[in-house]
Parts: sequence; structure tokens; C-alpha cells
Amino acid sequence: MKWEVVIGLEVHVQLNTATKIFSGTSTAFGAEPNTQASAVELAFPGVLPVMNKAVVEKAIRLGLALGSKINQKNVFARKNYFYPDLPKGYQISQMELPIVEGGVLPILVGEEEKLVKLTRAHMEEDAGKSLHEDFSGMTGIDLNRAGTPLLEVVSEPDMRSPEEAVAYARALHSLVMWLGICDGNMQEGSFRVDANVSVRPFGQQEFGTRREIKNLNSFRFLEQAIKYEIQWQIDTLEDGGRVEQATVLFDPDSGETRMMRSKEDAHDYRYFPDPDLLPVRISDEQIARIRSEMPELPSAMKARFVEAFGVSAYDAALLTGSRATAEYFEAVAQASGQGKLAANWVNGEIAARLNREGKDIGDCPISAERLTGLIQRIADNTLSSKLAKQVFDALWDSDLSADAIIERDGLKQVSDVGAIEKMVEEAIAANPKAVEEFRAGKEKALNALAGQVMKASKGKANPAQVQEILKQKLA
Amino acid sequence: MSLTHQDVARIAKLARINVSDEEIVAVGNQLNNIFGLIEKMQAVNTDGIEPMAHPQDVSLRLREDIVTQTNQREAFQAIAPQVEKGLFLVPKVIE
Repeated sequence: MKWEVVIGLEVHVQLNTATKIFSGTSTAFGAEPNTQASAVELAFPGVLPVMNKAVVEKAIRLGLALGSKINQKNVFARKNYFYPDLPKGYQISQMELPIVEGGVLPILVGEEEKLVKLTRAHMEEDAGKSLHEDFSGMTGIDLNRAGTPLLEVVSEPDMRSPEEAVAYARALHSLVMWLGICDGNMQEGSFRVDANVSVRPFGQQEFGTRREIKNLNSFRFLEQAIKYEIQWQIDTLEDGGRVEQATVLFDPDSGETRMMRSKEDAHDYRYFPDPDLLPVRISDEQIARIRSEMPELPSAMKARFVEAFGVSAYDAALLTGSRATAEYFEAVAQASGQGKLAANWVNGEIAARLNREGKDIGDCPISAERLTGLIQRIADNTLSSKLAKQVFDALWDSDLSADAIIERDGLKQVSDVGAIEKMVEEAIAANPKAVEEFRAGKEKALNALAGQVMKASKGKANPAQVQEILKQKLA
Repeated sequence: MSLTHQDVARIAKLARINVSDEEIVAVGNQLNNIFGLIEKMQAVNTDGIEPMAHPQDVSLRLREDIVTQTNQREAFQAIAPQVEKGLFLVPKVIE
């Protein structure tokens, strides 16, 4: 039987505020246990939550970027459950009236664009951390993370393959960093993904029973976990079994998902509006101000790059993968006036070298200004593409400008007609056999002759000119 | 609607309240009285009325994102039953 995969994702985006969502306690990562846990996070009797304005504004930023509806009245609710790293006995979250509803996120799968619909995004607080190593047979609790602001972003079940799910997660990840609302650090848990996965016979309307994979903190694990889960569900169904609704965990060591709790054990959260918090009201003016403070969005920038610099839609999508890359490209394209060349180098050599060395564009040893210098010398034919590569390597390993490297290493391309003619004549004289073959109609023989000229010039002759002059001389 | 003894036991479990078998009957009766009151309220026609999230018609005041709290771990942990390496210790929650 042919199966269709259905995936929806819930992403916990940690907002990069200075303080917690409901108290003026610092959220800095890596502090000594419980040194960033105030009476509010510890749930002392009589304390009240005091809402952080930055959380509301960052949530609005994301909503505007996704083209969502901003609920100008939204309400906090209590989600009740007992666990020691949640001392209040409830998490403050949003249920019926979240701050953000609807919207779409464009994703790039291979070279194709697809739109994924968003269900909602709501504000909530994170819980603390339970440490289960042995503390005299007890569990250790660190409440530094408790009260850290999160935006839970919920997608519609719009994805049809693990690749699409990863593309969505990556697109959201780069968007929240682009907007400056999340540091995107997945190792530190700033961006955590839950995947709802089900399968159904191809063509069937209703969804199959889903299982939810919790807490995936890398794109690689997300892909592995979904792939394993899909195969498990298909195998189970094809063996005549049934998939029961459940929450599962992914074990990176075994590459398998395993059951955490079944539907019977599912929590009954008994949501109700939190009486400690009044409804959040957002004015038209506030939305207008936040809109005016937003950076140019990746989709708008992509269209502009195609329009202004003549790059392909695919190149533009890669260039707008992060704000830093986009800004780097734009600086080079602007200064050199060579959009396509700039795109080729940024998406080509620069991306490959950064990737190989595990760096990102922020650590690129070649500044936009120095890359511009290189591109200008390619555009004015001072450098052949081969020489350009040589200069690029030297730029990577030094602080010199392209011009200084060309001067130092004598890499200037020879475009002087007289000099090239002389070398061409010598090559023709030295290779009578190739000349004969070319005259007999063997086009390839020309390349052999051109190769001889390039060799004689130590790679510095202008290749196009060499070809041209060779043809003239042999005509 | 009327709560069964089973419902009462489940609510007690969710709320982590220990209710003995003898108490269940009395607690059940009390809860059912409250439900009677709720039923009366639910009989009122509320068509076209927006549900209230709070009895007062005011909005949440928002605080600037500036650190105001200092580290008071020592004071908090002085009254904790058990601590180690800065952690609060609680009975083991997983095997």
C-alpha cells in the first residue's frame, strides 16, 4: 500500500529577553543553580506575576512577519499539572485567546517553495530543570530556567515528508533570529521542536492516529526521529496492528522512538483563565510602531535581490537564509556593482569554506570590502577565474587586499594583445601536430594549444583572448 | 449533572488531595451542591455576551524588561528541607 505522511510541528521559541516573563529576574544562561530564581519562580505564597512588555512585543513581531492575526485582546490561562520543577503546580500559558493566530511561513524544499500554514503562537513560561543524577537518592531541582519566556509556535499538519518538516523548522529558526527575538541556540535549548506524525493510505481524507515526538533539539535528530517514526507506524499498520495515540521520546543513541505515555496516561490539564493576570490589550498604535521597527523581511529582501541585482530566485533564497549573509551579500553587490558575481562567490566559495571550517558568516575572515576588491578585479578582467580562486585563498589566510595580493604574487592576468600573440605563435610553432588536427576539423585540438599558451603564461593569460587570437592565427 | 464517587476520586487525585473512601460520600455531596448552583447559572441566557476573562474591565499593565531581582538563593535555601550543590532536593521523581 502507498502511504501518505502527515506532519505538524510545535516549536518552543525561547525569547531573548533580559528578564523572565513574570518577574525582573535575569534570564542569562549558565548561572549557578537557583541564583536566578526569585520568589515568583519559587511560587512563594502571595507573589503575583508582573508581565514583561518585551515578551508581548517580540510575539507581535513574529505575528507580523508571518502575516498572522494579532489578537488585540489575549488572555493567559493556567495549565495544571504536578511536577517538582514547576512549583506553582501550573504553567501560565495561553489557551483560548492566544496572542497570534494564523499566518503562513514559506519554506524551501529542494528548489521548490511551499507555504506552510500556522495555527497559532502563544506566550508561556518555561519550567525549571530536574536533575536525576544521584543526590542521596533524590532529585535535584534548578529553577533558573523557570519563568523564561517562550513562544509556542504551532503549525497546521501541512508537511508531507521529513524533509519538509526540517525545511519548516529551519525556516522558522532563521526567521526568529532574523527578527532578533531568539538567539537560536539549539544546544542551550533556545529552539525546541515537538513533531506530530501520522500516516494514512494515499488518497484517504481523514488523518491517521498521530504520535507526538517530544523535545527534539537539532535538525538532524528531527529528521532521524520522524523517519524512524514513519517507518514504525507503517510497519505496525502493515502487520495488521493499530497505532495508538501516544507521546514518544527519541533516543539519539539507538535512533529509535519509544513510548513516554499513552493516551490513557495523558494529562488532564484543566485549563482556566488565570485570575492573577488581566487580559493583555494591544493598541493599533503599538502594532504600527512595532511594524515600523521591523527589519526588512527575508521574503521582501529576496524579491528585491532578484529585482535589483539580477540573481536567480534560488540564489536569492540562499542569500536570505540569514540576515548576516544577506547584509554581507548586499554590501558586496552594492559596492562592486556585480550582483551575480557576488551571489556566486557568497553562495559558492564563501559558503563552502565556512561550512568546511564550521564557521558562520559572522566569523568570515574575508570582509565584504575585501571580497568586493576581488570581484572588481574579476569584473575588469584583471583576474581569470583560476587566478581569482588563488587570490581568494590568499584573502582567506591574510589581511591583505585583493590588489595587494595580485601585486605581491604577480597574478595579474595578461590581456596585452602583443604578449599573447607572441605566446600563441610560439605554441603554434611548437605543436605542428595539434595545428594539423585542428585544421583537419578536430575542434578539441584548439584546447590543447590554448593549454600550452596558458602554461607558458603561468596561467595568467586571459583565456578568452587566447582562444580568440588562436582562432585568428589558425584561420 | 451529578458526580459519581469515581469522578470525585479522580478529581481528588488530579488535585493531589487525599480523600478517604468515607470522605468521598460527603465530598461528593458538597461538590454536587456546587454543581447545582452552576446549573442554575448555566440556565441563564447568555447569547451574544462575550465571555469575561476577568471580573474587572481593565487591561494588564506591562513591566519594562529590566533586571530588578538580585540573587537571594541563600535566604530561600535556608528554609528548604534539603539542598545540595545549590539544588533543591525532592523525592526521586523517576526510577
